[in-house]
Order: sequence, then structure tokens, then C-alpha cells
Amino acid sequence: MLTLTHFLMLSGALFSIAIAGIFINRKNMILLLMCIELQLLAVNFNFIAFSHFLGNTDGQIFVFFILTVAAAEAAIGLAILVVLFRTRASIDVEDMDSLKG
Amino acid sequence: MEYIYLTIVLSPLIASVIAGLFGKQVGRAGAHTVTILGVSIACVLSMYVLWDQLANGAAVYNETVYQWMSVGGINLEVGFLVDRLTALMMAVVTFVSLMVHIYTIGYMHDDPGYQRFFSYISLFTFSMLMLVMANNFLQLFFGWEAVGVVSYLLIGFWYTRPTAIVANLKAFLVNRVGDFGFLLGIAAILMYTGSLDYFEVFQRVDRLWTAQIDIAGVGAVSALTLACICLFIGAMGKSAQVPLHVWLPDSMEGPTPISALIHAATMVTAGIFMVARMSPLFEWSEAALTFVLVIGATTALFTGFMGLVQNDIKRVVAYSTLSQLGYMTVALGVSAYAGGIFHLMTHAFFKALLFLAAGSVIIALHHEQDMRKMGGLKKHMPVTYWTSLAGSLALIGFPGTAGFFSKDALIEAVGHSTIAGSGYAYFCVMVGVFVTALYTFRMFFLVFHGKERIDEDARHHLHESPWVVTLPLVMLAIPSIIIGWPTIGPLLFGDFFGGAIFVLPAHNVLGEPGADFHGPMAFFLHGLTSPVVYIALFGVVCAWYLYLQNPLLPKAIRDRFGFIYRLLVNKYYFDDFNEQILVRGSRLLGQGLWRGGDLAIIDGVIVNGTANSIGRIAGFMRHLQSGYLYHYAFSMVIGMVVLVGWFIW
Amino acid sequence: MFELFIFFGYAAILIGAALGVIVARNPVHSVMFLVLTFFTSAILWLLLEAEFLAMTLVLVYVGAVLVLFLFVVMMLDIDTTSMRSHFMRYVPLGVLVAIIAIAQVWSVVWLRNQGFSSLVRPPPAPADYSNTRALGEVLYTEHVYAFELAAFILLLAIVAAIVLTMRRRPGIKVQDISAQVGVKSTDRVRIVKMKAETA
Repeated sequence: MLTLTHFLMLSGALFSIAIAGIFINRKNMILLLMCIELQLLAVNFNFIAFSHFLGNTDGQIFVFFILTVAAAEAAIGLAILVVLFRTRASIDVEDMDSLKG
Repeated sequence: MEYIYLTIVLSPLIASVIAGLFGKQVGRAGAHTVTILGVSIACVLSMYVLWDQLANGAAVYNETVYQWMSVGGINLEVGFLVDRLTALMMAVVTFVSLMVHIYTIGYMHDDPGYQRFFSYISLFTFSMLMLVMANNFLQLFFGWEAVGVVSYLLIGFWYTRPTAIVANLKAFLVNRVGDFGFLLGIAAILMYTGSLDYFEVFQRVDRLWTAQIDIAGVGAVSALTLACICLFIGAMGKSAQVPLHVWLPDSMEGPTPISALIHAATMVTAGIFMVARMSPLFEWSEAALTFVLVIGATTALFTGFMGLVQNDIKRVVAYSTLSQLGYMTVALGVSAYAGGIFHLMTHAFFKALLFLAAGSVIIALHHEQDMRKMGGLKKHMPVTYWTSLAGSLALIGFPGTAGFFSKDALIEAVGHSTIAGSGYAYFCVMVGVFVTALYTFRMFFLVFHGKERIDEDARHHLHESPWVVTLPLVMLAIPSIIIGWPTIGPLLFGDFFGGAIFVLPAHNVLGEPGADFHGPMAFFLHGLTSPVVYIALFGVVCAWYLYLQNPLLPKAIRDRFGFIYRLLVNKYYFDDFNEQILVRGSRLLGQGLWRGGDLAIIDGVIVNGTANSIGRIAGFMRHLQSGYLYHYAFSMVIGMVVLVGWFIW
Repeated sequence: MFELFIFFGYAAILIGAALGVIVARNPVHSVMFLVLTFFTSAILWLLLEAEFLAMTLVLVYVGAVLVLFLFVVMMLDIDTTSMRSHFMRYVPLGVLVAIIAIAQVWSVVWLRNQGFSSLVRPPPAPADYSNTRALGEVLYTEHVYAFELAAFILLLAIVAAIVLTMRRRPGIKVQDISAQVGVKSTDRVRIVKMKAETA
């Protein structure tokens, strides 16, 4: 029997894989952004699962908006990345420490 | 009547303010005119008040003039209590002050601080009047402190002299010690009776008597005894009793008029007056009375001894004052308050006279104060000579003079007393009579008789002092001689003081002689039969022998008893003790607190320490801002995990 | 039964692809794995009868956003060899944090069962059920305000992206039309009065 629990655990696993990805990846900024997308995917999973099991379409509406905002954020993030690459010629995270206190 | 009292108090104050603040504008003549006018008004009105109290039998005036504030049920007010005791004090204070004012015109004639001096002595008159006319402890304390301050200002009048500055500081500090005790006494009274007003306190004496205070090491003491002893400590400071007597000889650094005014007649008597005024309190505590008695007797005898070895003419009179103050304190101790006040009054006259006469001699010899450089002044300064003789005779208690009446009555009262310490006191006052006569006539003979040892240039200008100097001398000599006759009856044995002085029947030492009193003439004749007069005459004979007949003998005695001589010259090492132990100790304490408390703890730990620790914490926290994006991402993730973990735990 | 089979199968692929995203050396490979992840999740969403969103995911997300990612990855021409030097340093910590996170989720969902497992799947929707229609009915009535705001956010994103990356190169000869139109005669012609020269 497929229950809510399965879906929730799946989305939890996806989320923690994304967290691991943030930790492990040290060199690539784009990978960071991709892990963020994964996290958003996990969250969307949650919403859709609940929406289905509770018979409420509000969850899906929420996912709609999350998709919108995620797209916008990905676009702007990548734009920043491009500009950063232009000025620094590198997307190595360890080179970005000019905010050092 | 209220306006009269206000005028008495305020006219010297206004005169002082004018002479002080507008001294340049009014000039020298203006300054002395306005202050003499102010004090004369006060004097005349005081005489009127005294006559009013005596002749008309006016009622006791006890009113509030101005209420300053009312805090927690305690009223702080300015008020006047005028009864016979106050009236007598007012008369004495203003009269002597007036004499000193007139005298100062001549004495300080060529001094640059002329107006300032007059301002100060008028201010002093105001303060002393406020003290004696007070009807509550707060005003008493105000007057007490004010006379202390003016005394400080006047002792250090010639402020460019280092000795004067040291002396005035010493006077103020020693007074401070006394005032501290005084404040404790007032606080105790306030705490147990809940009021500062005299009459209310007197009515609530039983509360003080029944309350017990535990003192570590001594046990339970009645609050009344403690309060009285503390009040007397204040009197010890002000009236220069042992061990707080050290300031009075040094106060001779000030000009002679103030030695006469403050340190003979008025300020030093404030303590005596205070104890007499507080007689309803002291009477109930025999321990306090014994304390007063023993201190007074010690002062009377031992300071007299010191007077024997002094070479400065003013110092001799200063030690004489100390000794006589001891006599007055002894009288208070045996509950002969009236006797103490009587002696206070007569002493004011002849001691002021002696000081002013000394001043006259000093200015005649161009500010020479060493007695070894005087002698044979009798023919050069006749008026000064005869008035000094009158004063000296009064001081030793020569029969017929005012001093005779007061001293004899006092000594008899001591003889009749039965409280603890009265035997010791009797011995001290009797020996003191001999010592008094000895040093008084030592001074007299050295200055006015014998070979002339004067310096050459002073010799040329030697002449009698001007009338502004000699007139006060004469005017003080007259009461020194005659005032005993009319006043002894009513003051000591009559009902002069009425309710002002309260004596328990068990302590009524003046009662017995009073019963035998048949008038001053009888007292005079009776006195001729007592040993006191003969002891005094013996002292005079000794002085005559030692200093006129056989001048080499004193030196021989000094060499023989070198140890005693040194002890006396070094003032029983009181000053050295104070300086080495108390002063040094306080300085070390101050330094220690400065280094340990201020520098180390407050500066180091608290101020600099907080700054440093903030710096260190900031330095540590700096590492959190590494600039690495990943560190920030980590902290976000880890923070979220921790938060969730905490919620689901 | 069939559902379970589909679910676990595609779930396995999903997890595998996610792991591939973070482990792949080549960033292009990472993007490809991410594409696979999204496709798989779209299928799983179909299982949950969220058809419209599944399609949106494929069309918008994969088709636009991930293509953008790929484009940027390829444009930036990253040097892959120097990338992996410190890979192993943070693996333990990362794995630990991930395990803790998943343990937290599972402890809520499975261990302290809030009754989730009692929630069974509702009966499948009727044949003429249109997910799109259902969404539209709610979106344009109750949530129309949020819808407009979402549109505005997208506009914002466009503008921001352009503003951030636009460069002005010096020396370009470009016509500024508005300046040309706004020219006044006094900017071009200056009338000077001169005295006529006499011979």
C-alpha cells in the first residue's frame, strides 16, 4: 500500500542528499545552485504528496508558485555568476573571500 | 521680640557680607564702621534681652523662625530658644566680640587684609549667636560647623605663612574628629527620640534611657550614655579637651584678636555651653558624667603643666585657656552646670583681657612674641600693665576678683561630689590652682618686671598702645574684677537658670554650699579660710622667687629634671603620635586604596578590563566572518538541522 | 501493487540521479543527472495525479531553467581538473549532516507516526477530471493576487538579469534615438552677427 509516509521519506532523502551536496562540493558554484534546485524539488514533492492525500488543490497551487520563484531565482543567480566569472575569471569558491572580516 | 532676636543674629551677618564682598568699595574705614555698628546693635540688644529676662522675668522664648523642610516626620527648622542661659551667652559673646572689633582697629592697622578680617570676625559673631540661640540640634550643628569654618579662616588669616596653613588645617581636622562624634550623638538622639527639637528630646529622654545598644567588647550600653558621650566628644573637639586639645596652641598662629575672641571667650566655650544646655540628658547618665569629669580634670592639670615651659607669650595664655576649659568641664562633670557657665563667663572676660594685653605688648615690641626678649615693661606701658595685673589676679583666683568667685565655687562643688572620679578631679583641680598661679605670674614677671631684655630697635619705638587698643583692655578689666560680686548669688545658688539647667537631687553639689550661702561677702570671707587661696598665693611667691629673685634657679631645675622638661616641651608627644601614626597611617591607607582599589581594580579590571575583553571577544568572533560562502552555507544548514532536532526532541 | 512497483523503481532512479548530481566530476554530467532527476520526479508526480505540474516541470524547469544551467556551464568553460582536489575533505562531515537530517525527517514521519500511514490513497479521479481545470478554478479566483505577483516577480527577474549582465563597451557607435529626437535647433546652429566687410 502506497501511503503518505513513502512520499515523505522520499522527499526527505532527496533533501538530505542536496544538503550533502552543498557540503561536499567545494569548488563549483554552479553545483551549489543545482543543489538548491534539488532542495526545492524535494519541497515540491512534499506539497504535492500532501495535496493528493488530503484532497486539497492548494498544495499544487503552492508548487506552482514555488516553480515560478525558483525559475526567477535561478535566472538571477546565474546572471550573478556570469558577472562574477567576468570579473574574477574563476568560479572557485575559495577565491571569493573578499568579505572577510 | 522675634524681631529683636532676628536683628541680633542678622546684623553681624549683614555687616560681614558688606565688609567681605564690598570691602574694596567701602574701604578700610567703611569696613570697620559697618561691622562695629552691626556688632554694637547685637550687643545692645543682647543686653536688653538679658535685662528683660532678669528684671522683667520674661518667659522662655522657643519659636520656629523658618521651617526649612519636613522629611519623614522630622522637622528641619531654624528656631530660637531664648532663656536665661542663652541670654547670658549672647551678652558675653556680643560684648567680647565688640571689644575685639574695637581692638582690631589698632592691632590690624597696617595689615593688607583689613576688611577681610572684620568680615570674618563679624561672621564669627553671627555663627556663634546662631549656635547659642538654637532650639534644635540641626541649627546647633550649623552654628557648630560655622564657627569651625570661621576659626579655620581666621587661624590661616596670614595664609602666606606655611605655619599658619598647617595650623588651620590641624584645627579643622581635629575639630572634624570631634564633629564626627557629635554627629553620631545627634544621630543616636534622632533615632531614639524621633525629633531634633530640644524640648521634644528632653521630654522623651526615657526612650533614650531604656534603649540598649550592644557594643562589641563592652557589652550593652544605654543609648543615652552613648549619645551623651558622643556629644561630649564633639565638645572635646570644640573646647579642646585632651586628647583633642592639640589644635589650640597652634591656633596662636592667627592674629591676637582672634585668639582673644575665638579661642578664649567664645568658640571654645561652645562645647561647655552645649553640655550645659543638654543637662537634662547628661544628668541621667552617670557614666557620661564621669567621662566628662575625668577628661576635664586631666585637661585641667596636664595642660597647665605645659604652660610652665612655654616661651611664647601667646602660648602661655593658650595653655592657660586649655587648663581653664578643663576646669569648666570638671564643673559640668560634677553636675555643677551653673558653676561651669559662671566660670565660662568670668573666664571670657579675663582671658580675653589677657590675650588682648599680650597683643598690646606684641605690637608695642613690633611683633615680638618671645618672653625671653621682654622684661621691665611696667614703666613703658602702664595701662597694659595694670589691666594685665587685673586679668592675672582674676585668673589665679585672687580673693575678690571674679575669677575667685567662680573658681572657688567650682572647687567646692567638686569637693562635694560623690560620683566616680570626683576624687581624682578634686586632686587635679587643687594642684591646678598652684600650677595656674605659677605660670600666670611667671609670665607676668617675665614680661613686666625684671631686667629689660628687649631688642635695641624695638626699644626705640616702645610706647603705650593707642587708645583703640587700651580702651577694650580697660573695659574688659572692669568686669574681670567686679562682676563676681553681683552675679554669684543668682547664678549659682539662686534660680537664675530656671528650667534651662536640670540637676538631679542626688547630684546637686551646688545645693550644699547654696544652703550655706549668705551673700557674696560671706562667700568672700569663707573663701579666705579655704586652702585654695593659699595655694594660689604660694604659687605667686614661687614665681616671684624663681623669676625675679633667683633667675638662675629655673635653668638649674630644668637641667636637673631634663626628662620632664623634654616631655612638657614636646607636649607629651601627642603631636608626634598624631603625625606619625594617625597622619602617616591615613596617608598609607589612602595610597594603598589608590593603588589597589583605584588603579588595579577600577582602572585595570573594570574599565580597561572590559575594554580588553571586548577586544578579545571581538577578535574571536572575527573568525566567524571568513568571507567564505561555504562557511556561511554550512552554518545555515547546521543551524537548521540543530533547530529541527531541538523541536522534534 | 503496480503502483508500488512503479513508485519504488522510479524512486530508486531518482535517488541514484540525485547522487549522481553531487558526485559527478564533470559539471555537464551533473546537469545531465539533474535533468534525469527532474524527469523522474515528473513521473512520480503523475502518479500523484498532479498532471499539470508534472508537465510544467518538464517544460519550464527542465526545458528552460536547466538548459540555462547547461548554457552557463558550457559558456564558463570551467577547468575541471583542478576542481576535485579537496573533494575528500568534507565528505565525512557532509555525509554525517545528511544522515542526521534524514534521520530527523524519518523520525517524525515513520517512527512517531502521526497517522500518516493511515492515510491511504484516495480513489482515482474520474476520467473527465482535468487537473488543469481544477487548478485554474482555484488559481484565478482565490489566488489571483498571488498569481499577479508571481508574474511581477518574473518581470523583475528579467530586468534584473539584464541589468546585472549588461556591459557597456566603450567606443561603440550606437544611436541614441531619444537624444536625436530631443535635439533643439540651438544645439546645432549658432547664429553669429558679423559686420559686413566693406571693400
